[in-house]
Amino acid sequence: MTTTFRFETAPGEAITLAGGAGPAAPFLRVRGLTRRFGSFTALSGIDLDVARGEFVCFLGPSGCGKTTLLRAIAGLDRQDEGRIEIGGRDVSLAPPAERDFGIVFQSYALFPNLTVRDNIAYGLVNRRRPRAEIAARVTELLALVGLPEQGDKYPVQLSGGQQQRVALARALATSPGLLLLDEPLSALDARVRLHLREEIRALQRRLGVTTIMVTHDQEEALAMADRIVVMNHGVIEQTGAPEEIYRRPASPFVADFVGSMSFLEAVAADAGRVRVGKRQLRVEGNAELAPGAPVRLGLRPEEVRVRGVRAEDANAFEATVTDLEFLGPFCRARLVAREEPALCLLADFSANLMRDMAIERGGVLRVALPPEILRVFPRRAEAAR
Amino acid sequence: MSATTGFALSARPAPRRLLTEERVATGLVALLCLGLVAAIALPLWMLLSKSFLDTEGRFIGLANYARYFATPALVQSLLNSLFVAALSTAIVIPIAFFYAYALTRSRIPAKGLFYALALLPIFAPSLLPALSFIYIFGNQGFLKELLFGASIYGPIGIVMAQVFYCLPHATMILVAALSLADGRLYEAAEALGASRWRVFRTVTLPGARYGLVSAAVVVFTLVVTDFGIPKVIGGQFGVLATDAYKQVVGQQNFGMGAVVGMVLLVPAVLAFVVDRVLRRRQVALLSARAVPYSPQPHRRRDLALLACCIVVGGLVACVLGVAVWASFIRYWPYNLSLTLANYNFPEFDSNGWQPYFNSLLMASLTALLGTPVAFLGAYLVEKVKAAPLGRAIVQFLALLPMAVPGLVLGLGYVFFFNAPWNPLGLLYGTIGILVLNTLVHFYTVAHITASTALRQIDGEFEAVSASLKVPFWVTLRRVTVPICMPAILDIAVYLFVNALTTVSAVIFLYGPGTNLASIAIVHMDEAGAIAAAAAMATCIVATAIGAKLLHLLLDRLLFGRLQRWRAR
Repeated sequence: MTTTFRFETAPGEAITLAGGAGPAAPFLRVRGLTRRFGSFTALSGIDLDVARGEFVCFLGPSGCGKTTLLRAIAGLDRQDEGRIEIGGRDVSLAPPAERDFGIVFQSYALFPNLTVRDNIAYGLVNRRRPRAEIAARVTELLALVGLPEQGDKYPVQLSGGQQQRVALARALATSPGLLLLDEPLSALDARVRLHLREEIRALQRRLGVTTIMVTHDQEEALAMADRIVVMNHGVIEQTGAPEEIYRRPASPFVADFVGSMSFLEAVAADAGRVRVGKRQLRVEGNAELAPGAPVRLGLRPEEVRVRGVRAEDANAFEATVTDLEFLGPFCRARLVAREEPALCLLADFSANLMRDMAIERGGVLRVALPPEILRVFPRRAEAAR
Repeated sequence: MSATTGFALSARPAPRRLLTEERVATGLVALLCLGLVAAIALPLWMLLSKSFLDTEGRFIGLANYARYFATPALVQSLLNSLFVAALSTAIVIPIAFFYAYALTRSRIPAKGLFYALALLPIFAPSLLPALSFIYIFGNQGFLKELLFGASIYGPIGIVMAQVFYCLPHATMILVAALSLADGRLYEAAEALGASRWRVFRTVTLPGARYGLVSAAVVVFTLVVTDFGIPKVIGGQFGVLATDAYKQVVGQQNFGMGAVVGMVLLVPAVLAFVVDRVLRRRQVALLSARAVPYSPQPHRRRDLALLACCIVVGGLVACVLGVAVWASFIRYWPYNLSLTLANYNFPEFDSNGWQPYFNSLLMASLTALLGTPVAFLGAYLVEKVKAAPLGRAIVQFLALLPMAVPGLVLGLGYVFFFNAPWNPLGLLYGTIGILVLNTLVHFYTVAHITASTALRQIDGEFEAVSASLKVPFWVTLRRVTVPICMPAILDIAVYLFVNALTTVSAVIFLYGPGTNLASIAIVHMDEAGAIAAAAAMATCIVATAIGAKLLHLLLDRLLFGRLQRWRAR
């Protein structure tokens, strides 16, 4: 408890709020949030700002702390240290009922013995509103989530996707300032999931409700979020817009978790150059690295260039296709440079390209790795984790 | 926020109230803690401390224990108890195993009927099989010759009656253990060409191993701690349970009674610990991907097992039937014409029918008060986050009665509620203490039943209600209780039936106006009115079975309609 007090006066105030640029204060502000389970640290010193109306995804593998963070924001699991403010009010020690949020769980958590209408009205009934007003609101919500005819059914009579819509309507019924979604799509079929994620996103835009969604599905996060918070081992690895996360991953972990990436062990050489085995490659942005420092080189398989590569192009080399994996719309090839076996990477070739270039296993291709697609990660960043 | 449709709800700040959810929850946990400490922990503590005091209440250390082990008659009783318990276990476990095997691993017909037959003894006080065996093998028994001159009054009678009395408990455990089978293991064994015997030895038996040990432990404890059977059919053959009764009721030697109680506690606590350890180990036995085993028809095996079931099930029905039949006989064995004269209780006992109605009242109160308490207690332990230490204490105290024999609990109550300093002493001699004692005696099973049901429902209901600002007691009333209704009914019927049939816990506690039916049976049997005792036992059995049938009927008809939401 004493630690909580310490945070109210000390470092929390000192931090200048990068996310809260501009006059409007962030709707949700988290400072120094730490949660331990025995000797395991689930969250360690989390700082986070979420702007009003923003859709933020917590993304990470299972056990990374994303759900713990969500539950701490909701007040369902109390943090050991740190501070949470919602709408400018310090709610660090407030019970869930005194925070302003609605929540949707992976399991839907619909009350099975109540009809769809009663489920949606559950939070309204308690506020002693006139019955007609509640009924009107429920009808409106049913229409909002696209289930106008299903009000008198019981949850068990609905499909998984329909149940999740009801859960969403129930969470939105009381017009909460913050909507929390805990892996809301994970229990659904792939097709339903795709459809519902578009609907949730559209609904969120329409209502403008500040939303946090927890997911382990990077595609979901990229498609839905205004901003993604990538988490691993209880810390935030990177925060940024989906494109930023994808294009400029801050660490090998983010690079690997969001999209796929081939990694090459390399050593920094002169400015603008690294060495893989005997082969020198031109890169961008390794100025601060001393020559000889070990680095890790990352590149996305879809960014390997194949068409019209000339021998004098930057980082062009001849490579053997040692393996081909058919993945429907594209093929994933394993390439090994002929001059340097350590230069071994994955490349995605569209069906079109496969036909045009007559690519086959065992064939030789000239490929290029444009310097701007090569990301250089210092090795010590990884050791620090 | 340009939010939805102007339904201005969120604007209102959450009101600060005196009765916050956390305070209510903490208060309830504290209340339950206090109640359980007073009803379980303190009586047991009194029993323990009493065993170190002499008759004048002076502390004498282990002197009582020393005297106990220096008294040959008492040590003989201890050995006798262990002997009959071991023998009964050795007989009942194989019978129950093959019975359960037939019910789970064969294709015999009428499995439901056979299972019901094996469970019949649960609805009778343990006194009833003892009475039946007196009718069958006693001095006037019609099969007396089968004993070749040996007397039924003693170890033979005790063991026979115990086998009958313990059969349902062992059968239930083994049916549960044997129905947990992974069909893939059997398919693999068959594919590898193992013989039937080898499959039985290498797959079936190891799979049921924990169940077997658990059943043996339960039966052994039941026999050691049972009071009714040795009281009625034990004759001069002393056992621990009758010793405790004699020391306290007969000789008013409370210190020594407490020592016997502590000795009785040993096997029960050991059994409890063994059972807990085994349960913990058993978790990994069945993976989530297991395929249920469904037995293939096999003519010879099925016929043999059917014969086994008919014999065992038939015998159970016969033993029960003899007592019922005998209760309608004018004068056993000389005049077998039927009569209702034995039900004219005022002729045999000055209390007349009063004990029966007392039992009904006591059982009803136990069910009506105990069910909500046990359910709420389990709810607090499982679903509420407040007061973690308090909830841990509740959980521990709720599981404790399982390890305490009724007789020991009864003794503890005598000491605790009789203590001059205890304000709760005004309960002594009332129906209240009988209800409290019976509830505590059977509290563990009620608690576990409720916990199991609660664990099966979605753990996020409380979180959702909190987010909707609905206090937990509203969700408890509107959602949790309706969902758990079948389990709640189970608990109520369990408490009712056991309160009706129990003897051991209440034998020390009844007062002049609160004599119970099961105690009246003991007294009428002591007075030689064995037919009337059988008649009273029949009344109990009929009431208990009636309650169970009513339960089944309610479950089928009423809830089938009310709980439409369960069906797709």
